[in-house]
This record gives sequence, C-alpha cells and structure tokens, in this order.
Amino acid sequence: MRFAIVMKSLFSHRLPADKAHAVISIQQQDFDVAEEYQALLRPSVTGAVVTFVGCVRDFADSEKTLFLQHYPGMTENVLVQINNEAHQRWPLIASKIIHRVGALHIDEQIVFVGVSSAHRQAAFDACKFIIDTLKTQAPFWKKEGRQWVEAKSSDQDAADAWLKN
Amino acid sequence: MTGNVSEANKGQITVLYFASLGDRLGVEQECLTISQPSTVDMLKLQLAERGELWREIIGDGSTRCAINHRLANASDAICDRDEIAFFPPVTGG
Repeated sequence: MRFAIVMKSLFSHRLPADKAHAVISIQQQDFDVAEEYQALLRPSVTGAVVTFVGCVRDFADSEKTLFLQHYPGMTENVLVQINNEAHQRWPLIASKIIHRVGALHIDEQIVFVGVSSAHRQAAFDACKFIIDTLKTQAPFWKKEGRQWVEAKSSDQDAADAWLKN
Repeated sequence: MTGNVSEANKGQITVLYFASLGDRLGVEQECLTISQPSTVDMLKLQLAERGELWREIIGDGSTRCAINHRLANASDAICDRDEIAFFPPVTGG
C-alpha cells in the first residue's frame, strides 16, 4: 500500500492537469491552506510553491453577509480551462483552485490558488495569471449584504495584461 | 402532415438570469418557446418585447450571454433544448 502511494505521488506530476487529483473545487466549506500546500509538493522535483488566498473584507451594507452565487456547470468548465491554460503557458508541477460559494462572513477565506514548479518564476506568474483571469472570466457573483458588487476596470486591466505576453 | 409545420419551427429553451439581473427582472429561471432558427440577438428582441426594464437590462452592453455553459456572441445560434444564461460582468475571486 505504501509503495503504491509513493509511486503515485512520484509520477502524478506527469499527468495532464485535468486528470490529476481534483485540481478545481467549488465548495461551501472552508479550506486549510497548510493542507493544500502539502498536496502541491512532489518529492525531489518541487523547487517552488506559490499560494494566494482571497478573503472577505468589511463592506458598507449593515447586513454583514457576503453571498457568492455561481453557475453550476459553467463555472467548473471555466476554472478547468484557466487551469489548463496555466499549465500550457508555464512548466508547472501541480496546481489547485478552490472557490467557496454560499454565505460567507467578514474575515473568512473565499478563494485559494496554489501552484508548484521547479523554479519560482513560473510559480509566481502562473498563480497571478490564474487569479487575475478567474476574476474576469469565472462565473461567480458577489453580493455584499443587499448590494451586488460591480466589476472593476482594474480587474479587467490585470487580466488583459496577460494577453500581451 | 396535419398542421404540425408550425411546431417543427419552434423550440423550447431554458433561460437563466443571474445575480443583479435576476433580482431586477424578478425571475431566475424560465422556460421559453422560440421560433427556429434563432440567435442570441433574436432572443434579446423577443425578451425586449416584455417592456422597458427588459429592454434596458437585457440590451445593456455589459450583459453577457452563455449557451450551454459557453459564452456566446450576438449571432450565435440557439436551438431547441438549449440552456441560455444572461448575467452581468463576473465578480468572483
């Protein structure tokens, strides 16, 4: 059993991104960054791991619930596409995207993006690419209390910057 | 052929409205009959007939449309049993 687990972890970094462990998760429950970090490591080959967490900040409405809506079916497809594009553009070993949905509160974690690679440049760039692109393409919508959040032009600028490269 | 010609030219689609669109229009999901062939633009015209609010919201330049979970353009075809979604610019992450 131990042999099988070791062999799986040695070779799983060679699987195409969408066939490896669950690389995309849309879920209501919270995630554990330390656990997700461990899952990105591959013995002997991982040189760099970069992780990003987005959290709920305070907002104006007196009703302090952040509600995250998504489009079941389409949202997963888009996240898989973004993840695959990151693996095509950079030499990544592993990656994971987690996005929570439903009702969240201030200071809670919303989104996790983690990537691992042999060297740090790819890990930094891929992580930023994934979150920048997710923010303008992935079908999620935030409601702060009673108010739907509006998309920001600065988010579109950040996503567009990756198109020129 | 006993008068089924008109049925053959019609389709049934599901239309979803997300986020602020759903709230403002007061509907999140509905089934609709369309004439075939149809396109996103034709569906928008059909919905605009419901009144000023629909014209304004569905016709807004920032409103996105998806057909069967893929982003769609104005001229993309809509077929029987398709799932259409209208939504505002996304705000995840």
